[in-house]
Amino acid sequence: MAASILPLALEEVGYAPRGQTLIDGVSLEIGAGPSTIILGANGAGKSVLMRLMHGLLAPSTGRVRWNEPDAASLRRRQAMVFQRPVMLRRSALANVIYALKLANIPAGERESQALAALDEVGLRHLAHRPARVLSGGEQQRLALARAWALHPEVLFLDEPTANLDPAAAREIETVIKAFDAAGTKIVMATHNLGQARRVGDEVIYLQAGRVMERATIESFFARPATAEAAAFVKGELPWV
Amino acid sequence: MAAIAEGLRRVLELDRELWHIVALSLEVSLSAVLIATALGLPLGALLAVKRFPGRRTLIVLLNALMGLPPVVVGLLIYLLLSRAGPLGPLGLLFTPGAMIIAQSVLVLPIIAALSRQALEDAWREYEEQLRSLGARELAAGLTLLWDARFSLVTAVLAGLGRAAAEVGAVMIVGGNIDGVTRVMTTAIALETSKGDLPLALGLGFVLIALVLAFNAAAQLVKETAERRFG
Repeated sequence: MAASILPLALEEVGYAPRGQTLIDGVSLEIGAGPSTIILGANGAGKSVLMRLMHGLLAPSTGRVRWNEPDAASLRRRQAMVFQRPVMLRRSALANVIYALKLANIPAGERESQALAALDEVGLRHLAHRPARVLSGGEQQRLALARAWALHPEVLFLDEPTANLDPAAAREIETVIKAFDAAGTKIVMATHNLGQARRVGDEVIYLQAGRVMERATIESFFARPATAEAAAFVKGELPWV
Repeated sequence: MAAIAEGLRRVLELDRELWHIVALSLEVSLSAVLIATALGLPLGALLAVKRFPGRRTLIVLLNALMGLPPVVVGLLIYLLLSRAGPLGPLGLLFTPGAMIIAQSVLVLPIIAALSRQALEDAWREYEEQLRSLGARELAAGLTLLWDARFSLVTAVLAGLGRAAAEVGAVMIVGGNIDGVTRVMTTAIALETSKGDLPLALGLGFVLIALVLAFNAAAQLVKETAERRFG
C-alpha cells in the first residue's frame, strides 16, 4: 500500500457561503493515531468543518491538504458516516456492494467483502432485508458497514448517534471503537460529552466556527483552557 | 341514466370496429409514452444532477411546455410532415406513425419536467452520501433513476393521461380516417358532431375506464413495491 493519506492539514480555512461566516480561519493538522473528537454546541460549525475535511465542501479561503495528490485515490481511502444515514432502495447487502462497485472493487470480490463488513457490525442476518425498512440503529450500523467495507484510512462521523436511543448509540460506539482498534483514524463530531469521553483520545473544541482549544480528553475535561470550553463541559450554554 | 345505458349498449354493438379503435388508441398512446419516457427520464436526471449554464432557463422552458396546446403541436408536426415539409418524403402524414410522433412531442415535456422535480428532491437527500462514496454524475444519475423509480411511475402516468386524453394533435396529423387513424378521442369528437351523443358518451366511458384501469394497476404495483422496499 502507498504512503498514508494522513496527515490532513487545514491552512487558514474559512467557509462563508453568501457572506455568512460559518468557519473562520481554522488551521489544524490531523495525523494518524488518536481518535479525534470535534466537540461543540449546535451551530458551532462541526458538520461544516467535517465536510470541508472530507471534500464535500470547498473552502472559501485557505487550503485543505492531504498527503495524497490524486483525488480519486483520496476519495476511496476516506469515508464518512452522516447523522442521518441515506440508504438506497435495495437490500442491506446491495447497499454495501454499491459502495464497493463505486470504488472499482472487482465484481467477483464484492459480495464476500460486503458480507464481511456486515459481519463486522452484526448485521449479517439482515443482509437480504431492504435497507430502508431497517430500524434507525440498524441503518446507522449499515452505514458503518458500507464505510468500513472500503477499509478507509480515515473515517469521518458526523453525530452518528444523534438520532438514536442510548442502547443503539452504545452499539454504534462499540463498532466505532472496533474500527479504531483496527487502525482506522476516527474523526467524529459530537455534542455528547459522555460519548466524547468514551470514544475519543483528543478533543478539538469548536465555537462559532473557530477552534478554541485542542487537548487530550483527560486534560480537556479536567482543566479546560478556555472559559468557553469550561462552560460547555459544565453543561452551561455559552450564550446564557 | 338512460342515455348512458344506451351509449354502453351501442358501444358493445360496435364490437370489431370498436376494438380496432381501442387497440389503435392504446398502440399510439403507449408507443408515444414509451418514446417520451426513454428520452424524458434521462433528460430529467440530467437536469436534476448536473449544474450547467442555462439549466434554470431549460427547466422553466420545460415546465412551460407541459402546457403545450395539442392542436399547436399537431399543426407543427403537420407542417413538418406535409408533402412540402422537411420530413414530407417520409410519407408519414395521416398514419399512426405521425400520431405517435405528435403525442411523443406532447408528452416528453411532462415526463421530463415531473421526473426532474422528483429526481431533484431525491438528489437533495442523496447528494452528500453519493459524492462521499465517489459517485460521478453519470453513476449518480443512474442511481437516482433506479432509487426514485416509484415516484417516476407518477410522472409516466401523467404523460399517459395526457396522451390518452388529447384529441387535437392526433386529429390534425392523423386525419381521423376510419379504420386507419381513428382513435377513441377523434371518434368521440366525430360522433358528437354527427349528433350521435349516446355513442360518443359510450366511447367516452370506455376511454375513462381504460385510463382508470392503467392508473389503478400502476398504483397497486407502486404500493406493493414501496411496502417491500421502504
